[in-house]
Amino acid sequence: MHPKTRERLVLTVVGWLAAGLIFFPIFWMILTSFKTEVEAVATPPQLFFTPTLENYITVRERADYVHFAINSIVISVGATLLATLIAVPAAYAMAFFPGKRTKDLLLWMLSTKMMPAVGVLIPIYLLFRDTGAIDTRWGLIVVYTLMNLPIVVWMLYTFFKEVPKDILEAGRMDGAKPKQEVWMLLLPLSLPGIASTALLSIILCWNEAFWSLNLTTSEAAPLTTFIASFSAPEGLFWAKLSAASTIAIAPILVFGWMSQRQLVRGLTFGAVK
Amino acid sequence: MASTTTAAPVPGTSTTVGGRSQRNVKTLPLVAPSVVILFLWMIVPLAMTLWFSFQYYNLLDPTVGGFAGFENYTFLLTDPSLWTAMINTIFLVFWVLVITVGLGTLLAVLFDQDFYGRSIARLLAIAPFFVMPTVSALVWKNMLMHPVNGLFAFFTRSLGLPAIDFFGSFPLTSVIIIVAWQWLPFALLILLTAIQSLDSEQKEAARMDGAGPFSMFFFIILPHLGRAISVVIMIETIFLLSVFAEIYVTTSGGPGLASTNLAFLIYLRALREYDVGGASAAGVIAVILANIVAVFLVRSIAKNIAD
Repeated sequence: MHPKTRERLVLTVVGWLAAGLIFFPIFWMILTSFKTEVEAVATPPQLFFTPTLENYITVRERADYVHFAINSIVISVGATLLATLIAVPAAYAMAFFPGKRTKDLLLWMLSTKMMPAVGVLIPIYLLFRDTGAIDTRWGLIVVYTLMNLPIVVWMLYTFFKEVPKDILEAGRMDGAKPKQEVWMLLLPLSLPGIASTALLSIILCWNEAFWSLNLTTSEAAPLTTFIASFSAPEGLFWAKLSAASTIAIAPILVFGWMSQRQLVRGLTFGAVK
Repeated sequence: MASTTTAAPVPGTSTTVGGRSQRNVKTLPLVAPSVVILFLWMIVPLAMTLWFSFQYYNLLDPTVGGFAGFENYTFLLTDPSLWTAMINTIFLVFWVLVITVGLGTLLAVLFDQDFYGRSIARLLAIAPFFVMPTVSALVWKNMLMHPVNGLFAFFTRSLGLPAIDFFGSFPLTSVIIIVAWQWLPFALLILLTAIQSLDSEQKEAARMDGAGPFSMFFFIILPHLGRAISVVIMIETIFLLSVFAEIYVTTSGGPGLASTNLAFLIYLRALREYDVGGASAAGVIAVILANIVAVFLVRSIAKNIAD
C-alpha cells in the first residue's frame, strides 16, 4: 500500500476512535432511551435489544414535560429576541460611527460578562423575591437577556463591520434615512450573521443552569431544572430520563453543529480568529 | 486597559461615543439602552452584595440585623469550610484546564489532519459542549459512574476488580471528569480554529527544511497556538470558577464538603442556611477572584480589537 494512503487510514482510525470515545456518553444515553426500564439497568449492559418507543410516548404524554419544553422555548427565544432588539442599534452605531471610546465601551461591555453569577446570586434572588419575579418566565427572560447582551452586541458588531460601507453610503446618497438604512440594507445584508448570533444566544439560554436552578421551581422551570429533578430517584427511571434528555438536547445539538464556526467568534470575543 | 466589572470607564450617558455624532446620525440614543441596562445589571447587584457583606442579615430570623463591620469577613476567613471550598475550586479549575488544554491540543492537531469522514467525526467530538449541564451530569452519574448499574462498574467487574464508588470515594475527581468532558470540545474547537489559521506556506517551508512531525508540533504549531491557549485558559477559568449545576445534580457538594466549590458554598450559605451576610462576603471573594483573571482576558481581547 502507498505510505500516504496507509497514513491516512491510520489517521482515520485514530480520529474516529477519539471522536467515538468523546461522543460515547451521548450515544449511550440515546441508546438507553430506546430500551425498556429493565433493559436499561440490566447487567451486563445490553448493546443489542429490540428498540422501543415506549419511553418517548410516555414522556410525550406527560403534560408537564411539554410544559417545561415550552418554558425553555419561550424563555430562550424571548431573551434572544429582546437582546437582539437592544443590541442591533448599539452594534450599528459602534460599527459605522465609531468614536474615540468605542473600543473601550465594547471592552467594558464584554467585561460585564466576566462577572461570576454567584457573586450576585443573593441580590438577584432577593430582588426577584420582592418583585414577585421568582418562578416566572419574564424574570428569567430578563436575566438571560442581560446575561447574553454583551455577546450579542459583540457578535453583531463584528458582523456589521464586514458589511461594505459603500453600500450603506450609496443608500444614504439616495436619501435613505438611518432607520431605512438599517431595515432595508444593513439587516438583509447581515442576515446570516444575525441568524448565527441568535442561534448562539438560544444555545446559551437553553443550556443555562445556574439561574434556572436558583430562580425557578415549577411554573417557569425550563428543561434544565426539570432534568435536574431526576437527580434523586435511583434506577427505574433511566430509560425515561434518557428519552426526556435526548429530546431536550436534540434541537440544541443541531443548532450547535450549524453554528460551530461563529461560536468561536462569539465565545472568545474575537480573541481567536 | 484594566477595566473590569468593578471599574467601569464609561458610566451611562456621559459616553463620548454618542456625543461624537458624525454624518448627522446621533449615536447616543442607539448605544444608550445597551449601556444603561448593562451598567445597572452590573452595578446594582454588585453594590448590594457589597452592602450585605457588611450587614448581619438572616432571611429566616428578622431579629438579626445591623451593621456588622468586617465580622462576616473575619468569620468567613477563619471558617475552615471556606478554605476547603477554595482549595476545591482551585483543584477543579486546575485539573479541568490541564485535561482540556492538553487533550484539546492533541485533538486539534489530529482533527487538522485530513482523514476519511473528518467533518462528521469533528461534529461528534464537539457535541458534549451543547449538552445541557444537568443532562451531562445525570448521564455520567447514573449510566456511567453508578457503582451498581453503571457501565464503568460493569467493566471493572468484568476484569475481576471491585466496582468504584465514584461519587462516594472520589467526589471531586468525578465532578472534574464530567466538567472536563463538557469543556474539552470548547478547547478543541478554538485550538482547531487557531491551527487552521496557521499559514500553510510556513508549514510547507518547515516540511521542506526536513522538519518531522514532532519538531513541527513543538516549533511551529505550539508557538502559534500560544495565544489561543491562553485565551482558552482565561475563558474557561472564568466559567469554571463558578461550576454549579454539575455539583448540584451529582454530589450536592458532599460527602461533607468534599466536592463543594466556592459557588456551591455561596449557594449553601444563602439559600440553604439563609445567611445573607456571610454568603455575600463569600460572593465578594468570588468576584475578586474572577476579576483577577478578567483583567488579563480583557487585555488580551483589547490587543485584537485594534483595527
